[in-house]
Amino acid sequence: MKAFAELYAALDETTKTNEKVEALTRYFSRVPPADAAWAATFLIGRRPKRLLESRKLAQWAIEESGIPEWLFGECYHAVGDFAETIALLLPPAQSSSDLPLHCWIEERLLPLRDADDDARRASLVSAWREMDERQRFAWNKIITGEFRVGVSQSLVVRAVAAVNGLDAAVVSHRLMGDWQPTAAFWTQLVATDAGDADVSRPYPFFLAYPLEGAIEELGGVGEWQVEWKWDGIRAQLIRRSGRTFVWSRGEELMTDRFPELEALGAQLPEGTVVDGEVLPWKNGEPLPFAQMQRRIGRKVLGARILSEVPVVIVAYDLLELQGEDVRERPLEFRRARLEEIAPPDSALIVSPVVRPDTWEELTVRREEARARKVEGFMLKRLGSPYRVGRRRGDWWKWKIQPYSVDAVLIYAQPGNGRRASLFTDYTFGVWDGDKLVPFAKAYSGLTDEEIRQVDAFVRGNTIEKFGPVRAVKPELVFELAFEGIQRSPRHRSGIAVRFPRMARWRTDKKAEAADTIETIRALLPPGGAVTAD
Amino acid sequence: MGPTNSRSSIQTAVITASVTRFVYYVLDLLLQVTRNGLYCADGDFYVDPWLPVDRAVITHAHSDHACADSRAYLATRPGEALLRARVGGGATIQALEYGESVVLGGVRVSLHPAGHILGSAQVRIESGGEVWVVSGDYKLEPDPTCAAFEPVACDAFVTESTFGLPIYRWPPEAEVFAEIRSWWAANRQAGKASMLFAYSLGKAQRVLAGLNPADGRIYTHGAVENCCRMYREAGIALAPTTHVASAPATTDWSGALILAPPSANSSPWMRRFGPLSTGFVSGWMRIRGARRRRSLDRGFVLSDHADWPGLMSAVRASGASRVWVTHGYRAPVVEWLKQQGMDAQTIETRFEGEQDETGAEPGEGEP
Repeated sequence: MKAFAELYAALDETTKTNEKVEALTRYFSRVPPADAAWAATFLIGRRPKRLLESRKLAQWAIEESGIPEWLFGECYHAVGDFAETIALLLPPAQSSSDLPLHCWIEERLLPLRDADDDARRASLVSAWREMDERQRFAWNKIITGEFRVGVSQSLVVRAVAAVNGLDAAVVSHRLMGDWQPTAAFWTQLVATDAGDADVSRPYPFFLAYPLEGAIEELGGVGEWQVEWKWDGIRAQLIRRSGRTFVWSRGEELMTDRFPELEALGAQLPEGTVVDGEVLPWKNGEPLPFAQMQRRIGRKVLGARILSEVPVVIVAYDLLELQGEDVRERPLEFRRARLEEIAPPDSALIVSPVVRPDTWEELTVRREEARARKVEGFMLKRLGSPYRVGRRRGDWWKWKIQPYSVDAVLIYAQPGNGRRASLFTDYTFGVWDGDKLVPFAKAYSGLTDEEIRQVDAFVRGNTIEKFGPVRAVKPELVFELAFEGIQRSPRHRSGIAVRFPRMARWRTDKKAEAADTIETIRALLPPGGAVTAD
Repeated sequence: MGPTNSRSSIQTAVITASVTRFVYYVLDLLLQVTRNGLYCADGDFYVDPWLPVDRAVITHAHSDHACADSRAYLATRPGEALLRARVGGGATIQALEYGESVVLGGVRVSLHPAGHILGSAQVRIESGGEVWVVSGDYKLEPDPTCAAFEPVACDAFVTESTFGLPIYRWPPEAEVFAEIRSWWAANRQAGKASMLFAYSLGKAQRVLAGLNPADGRIYTHGAVENCCRMYREAGIALAPTTHVASAPATTDWSGALILAPPSANSSPWMRRFGPLSTGFVSGWMRIRGARRRRSLDRGFVLSDHADWPGLMSAVRASGASRVWVTHGYRAPVVEWLKQQGMDAQTIETRFEGEQDETGAEPGEGEP
């Protein structure tokens, strides 16, 4: 635990990527393999199923600290991080633990799964008493998740690769799919020669950057393959050893959620991996994403939901053919093979290609996107390989302009992490007659300086407090951008928007000039209401 | 110019202006909160007024406590030069030694060490057998650059609450200095300069008093250097420093430590130093988020304000039955004291509504 707490502090104490990678590599090289496996697991955001409720953890910390519950609440609002609040409040540390990380996890934490609350409390409190402040903090982080230490999966991959001088793509691939954090797994992960045998293992996804400059700067239109950009669940469909696996981009195995795709797998040749988008699909077009959410939430998929919301995979790419990794082959090769293996009239739809003669033509056709229920275009450079992670150059996404609405700031609450104690989470209203009806929440889009100004405004213009939430004088107007809009009986405004964010602070506008709910309703797609369960 | 209020004219003003949030008090108390700040009608003076008045008693020379253009000031002898630098050379300042008292109107006023910065004081006000103490800003930890906090027995105690939450608990000063020195050493080894941010008045000098000049060269931003000069003139021993502006253009900054006010962070001034690591010395650094949102490499938890245990022990040591809480986490401190059976209430500061949680501590905008 000592080494892990030190690693956490070292990662936390630098904003420089190279220094973070060095700290990680140093750690991985000097700790036992089982410790390294657990540390990597947590740092890439995987963790054992939550063992303890935060509420209980707080209650025990409150009792151990001897402060009233309301004061814990005040402290949490100032710190903005649960694990940290507890570490700061516990009585001053008397000792420091030398027990290795994997022992803490496997011998002290995991057994709590089957323990009752009294035993859990006793074990937790005794753990806190054995640790110093840094260790308590790292320990609490392990329990609550949410590491927030500025380490992405790609940094961990770089650091793991550096331990034995492996290629990062190899490590990235070995970290995909289903594995357990054991010493054996770690040894295989860093091995210079490993039998990569797991039949379910997906490939790392290749992700596109948003187009940055003018479309003409990409060169000749003939050098690019253009496809519509679909909005569903990015996934890999794997067929190996007579079995089918569906992995989401979040590396969740979703095979049992999509029986249609499991059936589709059986129609594919042995040793096939397809990258695509899972979409709810009916009558040759996608259904609203909200319909997909109806399906995703269910444990049991009945015949009714399967017939109301069937899914397909719109296939973007072919990553494995007859058991061979074809990611380095040119795009045209992969596309041609994908078209060859696609079973006719199945749940696999090869992503349609748009063939414009000029960029102007493509720009005009982009206007069809909303009617086609897509987000815009994907641009893929002919001849390019299928790369790992988010990379500039070969794939670009060119989305349609977002919707935008001018709305009034009506509620604010403090953010978390680096935004703790600053009012950064806002609720916006639009006019419904002479009242402002809450319409969307947004957290992102402002500069640090603007955040400071809004924070000062909130403090000086609070009308009412509800716990951490402040109702403020309706005065500030912001232009909100969002990607999609739907009817929603669950929202007070009757409307739900997708990915709302602040595009601009409209200091030139008075609250009275903000948009009305009628203007926003006019943006709704035609057709009936979306049913909610 | 400042109003010349007797208690009766204030009462009239209060009755007519009782709807304004700045004026609320009980008439028979020795101190009142007015639109200019804390006012003692019997002695006709203000303590740390935030607007110019006829007579101001000043706890210390940070800008949020010492406002210019009052007609007359009362301050400590060790704090006089700092105050003069703040409010202007022509100001009328009467200086008292710690513990020395004067009679103003019907009340006896004396100043006692607050341990915050050089010359900082608690104001003791005695009238008709009743004693009030306005503590200004204070800390209980020892600090070689100023006189140590002295508890003053009183009936009513006015306390700050900048760090009035139990998460604020200061590590021992020696540990913090060891961290600063090992950070400096690591940077030196990596060929980097160490850019250490600290409030120009008070904190920077406390840091200098704790550093070992043998560790390496120490440079200062102009704002810091000015305050150091005044400390040295007052006879406080500080590690030797060189003003950045007077260093030759060819100076090799790698391995040096540079002390600068936090406002210099990310300014063009920083560009000349080449590769550097940044650190900030402040009580706010107890919380990761406060450090991370400034994009600082390191935070060092060292404050010139009392931490939670310090606040509570100062309140206890005063023996006061009535406590007024200002500037900071007022509401939680008051609630806690009430639950301990004390008569506590919040009083307004000139900060609109509540503390400035963006972390601006007094002294940030030093000259």
